[in-house]
Amino acid sequence: MPNWLYQRLGDRLFAAVIVLFSLGVVAAAAAIVAVLYFGGREAFATFGFFGFVLGRVWDAVRGQFGAWPPLLGTLITSAAALLLAFFPALSAALFVVEFSSGRLREAVAYLIDLLAALPSVVYGLWGIFVLVPLVRDYVEMPLFTWAAAHAPALLPILGPPTGIGLLSATLVLALMIVPYASALARDALALVPQSQREAMYALGATRWEVIRRVVIPYARAGIFSGVVLALARALGETMAVTMLIGNSVNLPYTLFGPASTMASLIANEFTEAEDDLHLSALIAVGFVLLLIALVTNLIATWMLRRMSHGEGRR
Amino acid sequence: MVRSAFLAFLLLASLGFAGRVQLNGAGATFPYPLYAKYFSVYYKLTGVRVNYQSIGSGGGVRQLFAQTIHFGASDAPLSDEKMAEFEKKFKTPVVHVPTALGAVAVIYNLPGVKEPLKLSGPLLAEIFLGQVRMWNDPKIQAENPGLRLAPLPITVVHRSDGSGTTYIFTEYLSKVSPAWRERVGFGKSVAWPTGLGGKGNEGVAGLVRQTPGAIGYAELIYALQNKIPYAAIKNRAGKYVLPSLESVKAAAAIEDFPKDTRVSLTDTPAPDGYPISSLTWILVHQDLGKNRAYKNRAQAEAMAKLLWWIIHDGQEYNEPLHYARLPEVAVKVTEENLRALRYNGEPLLR
Amino acid sequence: MNLKRRYLRDRLMQLLVYLGTLVVLVPLFFILYYVFVQGIGALNWEFFTRPPAPPGEEGGGMLPAIVGSLIVDTLALLFAAVFGIAAGILLAEYPDHPLNPVLRLVADVMAGLPAILMGLVAFVLVVQPMGHFSGLSGSVALALIMVPIIIRTTEGVLKLIPWEITEAGLALGLPRWRVILSLVLPAARGGIVTGLMLALARGAGEAAPLIFTAFGNPFLTFNPLEPMDTLPLKLYVYAISPYEDWHRQAWGAALLLAAAIMVTNYLARRAMRS
Repeated sequence: MPNWLYQRLGDRLFAAVIVLFSLGVVAAAAAIVAVLYFGGREAFATFGFFGFVLGRVWDAVRGQFGAWPPLLGTLITSAAALLLAFFPALSAALFVVEFSSGRLREAVAYLIDLLAALPSVVYGLWGIFVLVPLVRDYVEMPLFTWAAAHAPALLPILGPPTGIGLLSATLVLALMIVPYASALARDALALVPQSQREAMYALGATRWEVIRRVVIPYARAGIFSGVVLALARALGETMAVTMLIGNSVNLPYTLFGPASTMASLIANEFTEAEDDLHLSALIAVGFVLLLIALVTNLIATWMLRRMSHGEGRR
Repeated sequence: MVRSAFLAFLLLASLGFAGRVQLNGAGATFPYPLYAKYFSVYYKLTGVRVNYQSIGSGGGVRQLFAQTIHFGASDAPLSDEKMAEFEKKFKTPVVHVPTALGAVAVIYNLPGVKEPLKLSGPLLAEIFLGQVRMWNDPKIQAENPGLRLAPLPITVVHRSDGSGTTYIFTEYLSKVSPAWRERVGFGKSVAWPTGLGGKGNEGVAGLVRQTPGAIGYAELIYALQNKIPYAAIKNRAGKYVLPSLESVKAAAAIEDFPKDTRVSLTDTPAPDGYPISSLTWILVHQDLGKNRAYKNRAQAEAMAKLLWWIIHDGQEYNEPLHYARLPEVAVKVTEENLRALRYNGEPLLR
Repeated sequence: MNLKRRYLRDRLMQLLVYLGTLVVLVPLFFILYYVFVQGIGALNWEFFTRPPAPPGEEGGGMLPAIVGSLIVDTLALLFAAVFGIAAGILLAEYPDHPLNPVLRLVADVMAGLPAILMGLVAFVLVVQPMGHFSGLSGSVALALIMVPIIIRTTEGVLKLIPWEITEAGLALGLPRWRVILSLVLPAARGGIVTGLMLALARGAGEAAPLIFTAFGNPFLTFNPLEPMDTLPLKLYVYAISPYEDWHRQAWGAALLLAAAIMVTNYLARRAMRS
């Protein structure tokens, strides 16, 4: 084939195909937004956008729908889970890349990925039968009895020590999102060129110093990507949270007591909602979740841009 | 190699189009085990494949409206508004076909208590309202003079997901407690004033089993399978009745069984009846041809015959699975309704 | 002095890294052990070869769900891989393309949505026009869940490929597209496979989006245009049922799912290594 054809046409064609498929992704997203918007419109019209988002009462019998309790629950569980998961996820990634080699390295990497392979329902079931009794008997009950004796003012904040509630749900959620942060962090860390490390070692640095001053900064963007993905996963996680969070829309939430999240609310009531307004309210909650994902993404992009200034390939 | 694999795939896929009758239905989770049995037996008998998925009563109704399924299933009858909406959309009414009866058991976890707990409706409502909070409350003690109740806090457990079971339970509470009716009302999802929400009957049963001092509600079969104790509830005649096949069947022994079978059996007047019982229904269009899911008369005939079989021969499979059989009066009324089934105007059953 | 402090800190951080890793691995072992113990009893010959049996009957299995999972998940991964990798390439290799900000936003937002909503979208886009449920619509729903993961991981890893590689390729006179396909992508393939496996794990474990799309089917079918069953669907229905036998099978399904994904993961990595 003539060279110019190979060069130019090949490039054009390739780019066109890539763009076409990418447009497909955007179209799919547009479809999602459209479905959620039109589905949720009735609810937004009935309560007003802010009336819906800030409404504190969710009562299907009376046709009163306010998304604030599940919204709060989602924010609390996702943020807390991310905070809990970050250090272990990074540690695991570091362990795989920097502190181990050969078989051990492969094995640990697989095991971390295995966390992502377990279905949500399994986490939920394990949580109910294994984690909840542990949390109740070794964490909540002792704290509760101590507070009852020494600091009764704390009791309303602690809540009923049944094991089911915010605490257990957050713990399991943190476990579930670890592989997402860890896998991306691991890939980022692995792609740091060895030459960078060697240069630091040549300067007499300890292993930790090399990690801290060279490897992590270099891989910063990738680690951050992992964090964003993990957060996204936390926002949308449904099944395990539903089984462990106690599903109460009554505010105020307590540390040990039941709560609810937007995803679990939708999952709980979606298949049974007959009333058009009820269904619309549920879809509207989905739309609100979409907005939250949007906002967190914008914040993350802004932070990423600040991080990548002056770095990168170009 | 790739090509022959592809051809094999096409061949297998096309087998899917061979002329066998397949009916799809969806709805209530409560009768799922029973329907699994029905349809497995029916397939062996007739070769007709029935695919039933328990996506929830509300989901079943919506899919029926969307005409993606041949029949729906619900633990709660359609409201008058929904029925009017249905008739307006399809120009044919919906037919409620009862298939079995079930009971909602009040399950509890009281270590050391051997005899079944006795509870009246109003007291039950107070517990679920969060007004009675301790097991040794004098009100509970008064109804259970023979039991020694510990000063254990009551942990209420309810369903987190919308369900027909919740509908039946809250409907009962609404009938026996004006305070409940005022404050909460009834429906598939309600705003529970207190308590933990477990997912599904199994979730509630699991929570009750794990939590000393818990009280919850679940279909009887979950209590039986999980060996969880359940309470005797005071019925309208004043008797404390435990849920069982007999007491559930007795609950349906009412006068004036309605022609459309849409009757609520909670707080039944029947003297030996368990007060938290309910029928469960299959829903179909009266003129099946108006449901786009039906592609030909053969499918419609198969559906009509299936329903006929369910209310007659199929009933023998109810009791071994702890569902009560339909009372005679329900069968008679339903026979009439089934004879009215049509396919594009033509009757289906003789 | 200074050296000693640095040395101590090095040791301390190493200990913390080990601890952090253990914090993750210990619960994992707990869960694996639990799933294994609960599920291994159910993985017999019938499980793999027979259709489901109603409660009270012996010898039920999960053949339709196993086949369904294979078909629905494979189709979904195919859809998602094609679209996801392409979008990742666009984001990483053509950073000035005007579509990029939108694309990136879109991918991350999609990643945060609960799976059940993707099911709703697939219901509206595929099931309603078709007039009935199908395995294909389930694949679409799962693909929607998988795509954002693939996009993010593909972009992430492509961006980390040193510019030198691209430079070298261009210096040899290769056209841009050839450089990407033959040099950059292969260098990144480990990371891309990671993304695909993560996405597969995510999609293969989902039940909620399949309720209104694939629907489920107790009868065996290879035709994605018919309703199909999958392991997570069966798992969920059985887990919330009252029957011990069904619970056992649910755990068996969970064990099978986890094992299948890990095996696929392992094989994919092996293939990439060569």
